Amino acid sequence: MIGIVGYGGYIPRFRIKVEEIASVWNADAKAIKSGLNIEEKSVPSMDEDTATIAVEAALNALKMAEIDPKEIGAIYVGSESHPYAVKPTATIVGEAIGCGAEFTAADTEFACKAGTAGIQMVMGLIEGGYIKFGLAIGSDTAQSKPGDALEYTASAGGAAFILGKNNVIGEIEGTFSFSSDTPDFWRRDGIEYPSHGGRFTGIPAYFKHVVSATQGLMKKLGLKSSDFDHVVFHMPNGKFPINAAKMLGFDLEKLKAGFVVSKIGNTYSASSLLGLAAILDVAKPGQRILITSYGSGAGSDAFSIKVTDLVEEKRKKTKKIQDYIDDKEYVTYAHYTRLRRGI
Amino acid sequence: MGHESSVPLFWRLIKPRYQLIGTKCTSCGNVFYPPKFLCPVCRKEGKLEEIKLRKTGKILTFSIIRSAPAGFEKETPYPVAIIELDDGPKLTSQIVDYKEEDLKIGRRVEACFRRIYTDGKEGIINYGLKFRPA
Repeated sequence: MIGIVGYGGYIPRFRIKVEEIASVWNADAKAIKSGLNIEEKSVPSMDEDTATIAVEAALNALKMAEIDPKEIGAIYVGSESHPYAVKPTATIVGEAIGCGAEFTAADTEFACKAGTAGIQMVMGLIEGGYIKFGLAIGSDTAQSKPGDALEYTASAGGAAFILGKNNVIGEIEGTFSFSSDTPDFWRRDGIEYPSHGGRFTGIPAYFKHVVSATQGLMKKLGLKSSDFDHVVFHMPNGKFPINAAKMLGFDLEKLKAGFVVSKIGNTYSASSLLGLAAILDVAKPGQRILITSYGSGAGSDAFSIKVTDLVEEKRKKTKKIQDYIDDKEYVTYAHYTRLRRGI
Repeated sequence: MGHESSVPLFWRLIKPRYQLIGTKCTSCGNVFYPPKFLCPVCRKEGKLEEIKLRKTGKILTFSIIRSAPAGFEKETPYPVAIIELDDGPKLTSQIVDYKEEDLKIGRRVEACFRRIYTDGKEGIINYGLKFRPA
């Protein structure tokens, strides 16, 4: 069965606290913190972007997979902050991790679910017998308009997954997607910052798609909420995934292992995948994991993953997500502005 | 003109810069980075082959750059160090993700993938390796 041969994450070291951002805009930090259920977010360094983050995550995944990178037949990098408008991030990753040249590559774009879309593409190529191993990455340095509500959450991070059929640490039991034309969040070509529909991003957008994709997956696989030991949903803030879990009848304890948002913010294409990586860092063999991504515009990809006995040995080979979360340095808003806008 | 630096020059250096690939002389055993086409010790008797260097080493010496060359002005102050790789060769690199106490001779470092230089708003982005405390 197709599964995860290796995974790796990367989170930049800098953090900014909600209080620091709120003080600049004379906003009520306490209300924002409780409203968004978030404490701080990651901030990329001046010389970090989606490509550098994707490379670091991919190298970590490769360490765990212990395969010859030249055996990777496909690389997909999902992001909404690719460094080039025209020129793929995926070839930069391929060159940096030593994949040779005999691989197919593309960048995917679907707001925050471009990374999980890449996983599905790789699954298809492996199942069809076209490739032996494939690499799917979600990586972002998310943009937010100064003063906008998004500024408290839009952060940076990446997660990479190498899929294959042998020596897997988690078997992918199935996937199910739910998509519709729902304009809840967008950025027009050539415009610096995204726009969003405020409260419209909730019920008709995030919740409809996350709930429908998850229900569809469970129906397809004949599973119920109690069959899962760990659950991760896309984390645009610290409130939405908790509400989605309640709507779907999951015990909130099951969210805990993958709930990285309150310490690093919304890493966009990496959000649910970093949550999955954090779960795999602690999951026990035999446990079942649900991951449902969400991308504005809008769609969700849900996956059911069964953890194998190999997880305990293989995950020792690379840095844990919690290590990245704990390794941090706080910046002021002035420093943040310098890092993000290069003043 | 939207960009100024040489695209072919950058492209030729991608492999050694991204992956830390050097050369090793099979007759004298010396390791070189950046890669050489001729062994300076054995001359024409030598035979060079590509070698993927380990991305770890230590700081031999360093300096803080406060007056930066064009393209790096926004990053000041930043440390630049001569690093001795565990495989032998020495190279010059920026040190990133450091705390003040990390800047000392002998400090262990490891390579990380970063933007090195961006050619204006329209040119290519030069990626490569920098070093961080290990």
